[in-house]
Amino acid sequence: MDTSMNEETKGSRRRLWRDIDLRAVAPFAALILLLIVGALVNPNFIGITNLANVATRCAFIAIIAVGATFVISAGDLDLSVGSMVAFVASLMILLMNSGVIADPTLMLVAAVFLTVIVGALCGLANGLITTVGRIEPFIATLGTMGIFRGLTTWLSQGGAITLRSTEIQTIYRPAYFGSVFGVPVPILVILLVTAVAAFVLYRTRYGRHVVAVGSNSDVARYSGIAVNRVRAIAFVIQGLCVAIAVLLYVPRLGSTSATTGILWELQAITAVVVGGTALKGGAGRVWGTICGAFILELVGNIMLLSNFISEYLIGAIQGAIIIIAMLVQRSLVRKG
Amino acid sequence: MTVESVDAAPVVLSGRRICKSFNGVQVLFSVDFDLRAGEVHALMGENGAGKSTLVKVLSGFEQPTSGEILLDGKPIVLPSNGGAEALGIVIIHQEFNLADHLTVTESLFLGREVTHFGILDRKFMRAETRRVLDMLGSHIDENALINTLSVADKQMVEIAKAISRDARVVFMDEPTAVLSRDETAILFEQVRRLRDKGTSFVFVSHKLDEVMEITDRVTVLRDGQWIKTAPTAILDGESIAQLMVGRELSSLYPKKVEPDVDEAVVLSVSGLTTGYVRDASFDLRKGEVLGFSGLIGSGRTELMEAIAGLRARVSGDVTINGEHAPSGDVHTANRLGLAYMTKDRKGKGLLLRSDMATNLTLQSLERHVSHGYLSPASEAQALAKARRRFDIRVRDASIVAGRMSGGNQQKLLLAKVMETEPQIIIIDEPTRGIDVGTKQQIYHFISALARDGRSIIVVSSEMPEVIGLCTRVAVMREGRIVGVLEGDEISEQEIVRYAAGLKNKAA
Repeated sequence: MDTSMNEETKGSRRRLWRDIDLRAVAPFAALILLLIVGALVNPNFIGITNLANVATRCAFIAIIAVGATFVISAGDLDLSVGSMVAFVASLMILLMNSGVIADPTLMLVAAVFLTVIVGALCGLANGLITTVGRIEPFIATLGTMGIFRGLTTWLSQGGAITLRSTEIQTIYRPAYFGSVFGVPVPILVILLVTAVAAFVLYRTRYGRHVVAVGSNSDVARYSGIAVNRVRAIAFVIQGLCVAIAVLLYVPRLGSTSATTGILWELQAITAVVVGGTALKGGAGRVWGTICGAFILELVGNIMLLSNFISEYLIGAIQGAIIIIAMLVQRSLVRKG
Repeated sequence: MTVESVDAAPVVLSGRRICKSFNGVQVLFSVDFDLRAGEVHALMGENGAGKSTLVKVLSGFEQPTSGEILLDGKPIVLPSNGGAEALGIVIIHQEFNLADHLTVTESLFLGREVTHFGILDRKFMRAETRRVLDMLGSHIDENALINTLSVADKQMVEIAKAISRDARVVFMDEPTAVLSRDETAILFEQVRRLRDKGTSFVFVSHKLDEVMEITDRVTVLRDGQWIKTAPTAILDGESIAQLMVGRELSSLYPKKVEPDVDEAVVLSVSGLTTGYVRDASFDLRKGEVLGFSGLIGSGRTELMEAIAGLRARVSGDVTINGEHAPSGDVHTANRLGLAYMTKDRKGKGLLLRSDMATNLTLQSLERHVSHGYLSPASEAQALAKARRRFDIRVRDASIVAGRMSGGNQQKLLLAKVMETEPQIIIIDEPTRGIDVGTKQQIYHFISALARDGRSIIVVSSEMPEVIGLCTRVAVMREGRIVGVLEGDEISEQEIVRYAAGLKNKAA
């Protein structure tokens, strides 16, 4: 009995430092490192205006990536988010251009509703194809990626779809360009979406089920969890996040085209992985994801502000980041 | 220390004062071990005694923290990660090390493919594989894909792989856990044949009768310490068990309590048929412990999964506490108070990368939800209670399930299932791969649950277990219940007669 008591106390002391999960801390450490590098490169970089700009610009990817955190934690993958943005945004602008509701405010409210519903339905379609249709998520969403992109091109007839009503534009503009107490709206939206997502993932039954399904779907099934429903709902959450990103995107440019959101799915997945979520599922880190999205945007920003690397290399640098992030993650796993 | 007799064969591999620590936790304390040429040496001990760690150290998969390893009397640092195979030291893993999409031949020659001018000599490799399999008396097709094989066949492939490498030292970690009696007999025959040719074996097993049958010497470890090395001939099962546990094992099985004949029927299965199981019918009473015996592959697990709603039924009815349980609906079965505990605790039972609390409450999360969110305090309370109730002994409460010993994992899995507060518990292989001490505890848990008025079905391939625990035993063969034994009828001979098809009493 005596020895076991000793072991207990030793154990609790050891737990103090073991509790600090290096994988969870790594993205934030990388972020701080980047901020220091940026400050050395250009003194304007560390200014609050510049950083707020960067945060605002990463809003679309950050919000989409929050949804992707759910899908990836559940062990799936959604490649269709970029084209889904284009498709949902096009439908939203087309509705507002149709003039079926005369009052601009009411029209905007209706358009917001439509966007949310269409986003959720697009996600549900992905979810049903992968679960009921039993098609690998990679293939299923590769298919819907093509479908959403094609529909957008068809709706726009190869050109652009532009919001025509200046009244709606005036009412809608603050959704992207406005600020509350000096904080730009997109940043507030990021924080709100992330907080809700973190709550759902960490503190609800559904969140626990997502992690269980992603870790080992057999264990989940034998524990009485409706695996397919959990996975499908994760895709719906992804669709809702895309809809929220669209709601911020439309007032910014007031226009979409066939090239809207191209390669966003890769950026979203990169943000998730850089944030410390395991690509094979089972461990979701929502705040890490936001950090990852911010890192991606910061790297671009530093490159723009510095003179020694061409900004045309942004894609290559982002690609390198995802590989480095995976290497770092793996070396941390080994140590733990 | 063992006294070297004059005529003893030379020592091939030995460890001197081996110590090993993981993250500051010492697992092995100055252990001595030596393996002679041409002997089968049993390594015994409870779960967590350090057997697996010692095996890993002696096969190069882990480096000792201190102490030295001698090969043919010379100190050596074993190359890590399987590099010791080149020195003739081979390990047959407890968990299979086979790639699902390779054929049997490809698996056998993985990493040492035979080539001619860079092109694979498939014909030669196939013939060689056939030769080894024939030698083992195995009928496995050398061209079959690994994922089409049964668990027992996979084990045979692992054994064939080791044998085909002309090993000098073979470590076998519970090689017979998934083998049938016939397969075990064939394996032992091969072990004896190779032993007589000078190959040495280290045999890790919890099955005392097998240790008595096949081994020449026994080394017992307890809590990471060397306890005794002795010739098997001077020991018996009872004395080995005592050395392992360090105390007298009063009785492995608690006293059976038979339920009253007029106790209510809580589970009724009639005419249940799945792809494999045919027309299975039986009743289970309140407070009863019903055993299901039979050979591996006789359809017991399929039947239980179909009852629990984890597998679709083709036809037949399941009634739980008077209510109909629909086919393939785990949720309703759980709600009606029936829970199934899988035999595959690592693959289907526990999330190996998650901590104990997450695993414990996974099946019963709704109990820890208040106002829509999970309460960590409530989960922690449940864990503390479960650790006390099921005596889950770990050094660190935040340990992930995958790092716990088999016995603790099994207790955690039982605790997880019991969190749903079921009235009917189906336990599939309650003690697979766990030590005697933990076995005894689990038997007492089962008995206590039955006395508490819960009904239990024990599915087990270990006959003494079914005989020792159950008041009624159903025997399955080829997907059918071929007999139900009661009272004095429950004996090993009688069960074997039904299981092997010598007797048939349509149930």
